[in-house]
Amino acid sequence: MTPAISLLVAAAVVLPAVMGAASLLLLRHRLDTSRLVSLGSCLTLVGIAAALVIHASGGTTESYALGNWRAPFGIVLVLDRLSAMMLLLTAALATAVMTYAVATGMDRKGWHFHPLFQFQLLGLNGAFLTGDLFNLFVFFEVLLIASYGLMLHGQGPQRLKAGVKYVVINLVGSTLFLVGVGLLYGVTGTLNMADLAVRVAAAPVGDQGLIAASALVLTVVFALKAALAPLHFWLPGTYSATTGAVAALFAIMTKVGAYAIIRTGTLIFGAEAGAAAFVAGPWMLPAAIATTFIGFIGLFAARGLRDMAAWSVVGSMGVLLSAVAVFTAEAMGPALYYMLHSTLAGAALFLVADLIAKRRGVHVDALTHAPRFCQAGVLSGLFFLAAIGIVGLPPLSGFVGKLLILDGVREAPAAAWIWGSILITTLIGVLAFARAGSRLFWKSSELEGEIPTRVLRGRVVGVGAAAALVAALGLLAVFGGPVTAYTEATATQLFAPQGYVEAVLGKNAGGRR
Amino acid sequence: MTMELLVASAIAVLTAAGVYLVLRGRTFPVVLGLAFLSYAINLFLFAMGRLVIDRPPIYDKAAEAYTDPLPQALVLTAIVIAFGMTAFVVVLALRTFLETGVDHVDGHEDAEDAS
Repeated sequence: MTPAISLLVAAAVVLPAVMGAASLLLLRHRLDTSRLVSLGSCLTLVGIAAALVIHASGGTTESYALGNWRAPFGIVLVLDRLSAMMLLLTAALATAVMTYAVATGMDRKGWHFHPLFQFQLLGLNGAFLTGDLFNLFVFFEVLLIASYGLMLHGQGPQRLKAGVKYVVINLVGSTLFLVGVGLLYGVTGTLNMADLAVRVAAAPVGDQGLIAASALVLTVVFALKAALAPLHFWLPGTYSATTGAVAALFAIMTKVGAYAIIRTGTLIFGAEAGAAAFVAGPWMLPAAIATTFIGFIGLFAARGLRDMAAWSVVGSMGVLLSAVAVFTAEAMGPALYYMLHSTLAGAALFLVADLIAKRRGVHVDALTHAPRFCQAGVLSGLFFLAAIGIVGLPPLSGFVGKLLILDGVREAPAAAWIWGSILITTLIGVLAFARAGSRLFWKSSELEGEIPTRVLRGRVVGVGAAAALVAALGLLAVFGGPVTAYTEATATQLFAPQGYVEAVLGKNAGGRR
Repeated sequence: MTMELLVASAIAVLTAAGVYLVLRGRTFPVVLGLAFLSYAINLFLFAMGRLVIDRPPIYDKAAEAYTDPLPQALVLTAIVIAFGMTAFVVVLALRTFLETGVDHVDGHEDAEDAS
């Protein structure tokens, strides 16, 4: 590993940590400066992540030993195609969301928005980079603690009520995480993920049952974060109760769960793992198909646009995880492409819903008839595009993603179920969003008058941030060739974990016990 | 053998109490349940390094055998995180009660409370 790359890998974790601490300690009362620091940090992270993606696309896996303690004894940060891709996705999303938050002034609705945001990024980047299972737990806690603060930002009774549920369910999840980690440590005596891969593969038959149990416990924890049915109940209430910008950022939070499932499922509990090999797949697949249906049918139960956005996040997690649960390289590549798409599409929908809610006075985002509001033309266009994106109609990337998934799972035994669920729910989604759109914009346009709005902050930049996310969906479709080439190479790399193990433990690691 | 049985049953009892309390309707039992669960997990993690008596965890010239130091470090981390989270959830529950007047986790008043 060259010094420049190791510097960049470390900077992806250190930068948000330093910026968060600085804006907490030094810039508490200087909103303008902390805004600049926050935006600067996000933009720098985009640059760092882009450089890392370019480096990782060469196919090498890099390992950075923290404090120079050699793996498996020390903690390592590992950069491969998947983690580089997730870093770039996080940084791009964070920049759009931060721009939106600053432009609309929602960051002044409560204390410490900027430090919490940076700590959230610290947790996310750390979780994507770490090569140590217990360290993954710690970064999960960091991102969760920051997310509790962000979720409650601005407060209000409704938000507090949803916050209690969100915090309690995640604390129970963290406890279960420790059970899984403890079991695995008790059997193998290591926590380094590469070393775990080696030792799980070499585990005696008697221990394989325990390893499979810990694989399933860990999957339950990650499925809770990923909102896999029946563990999805916390999501709609939480996401629709928090502010639009935070909900948009949280679009990446469910993907952390999916990332952890993919990482542990291919590396530790991969093809070599004996009884634990892909043990989660058969359990996840029916749950994921159910999630797809629940999410898209839930769109009809929604009373407002923010509810709809939350349910569509659930539905798209179902689509994503049904492709992941197949656990083949052919299905994983499309799943990763769809992960990029669904994060951006979900975030775009949350921002559009928030923009509309701010302009409709007492009607907020409820699906009711109401007179015209300001910027209705632009926002109806954005809503139309975001809905097309999240449902998966051409020409945006949702269509490409779903098509690739349909193609990728063709060989799977449950292909008929996945095909059926994706095609039927797409139709359901189209109906639900058409109904919402016609109520909000079409039929409302017949009513007389216009809703008077207060002077709105960030009329242009706020709409611009949402538009940028929608435009990203278009770019994902236009540059579908290079992006899918990258995700397919990522999938191939994931299903050949030997490279990861060698990068962390050195050559000849496979023969070591 | 007795020690293993004792530790295992202690973990089981703590977990059972924790799960029962977490499923209660009001926030205070839920907070207590979370605390019980974290105690159970701390013991569990500790036991995952195997139960060894009278052995040093780190290097000692006179020692013939060692106990595993890593689970102790893990438990320490887990205690710190669980402690911080318990404090946070207590404040959050209190704040929610003060602002909404309801201390139920689902935010709805009991029928008996209302009457």
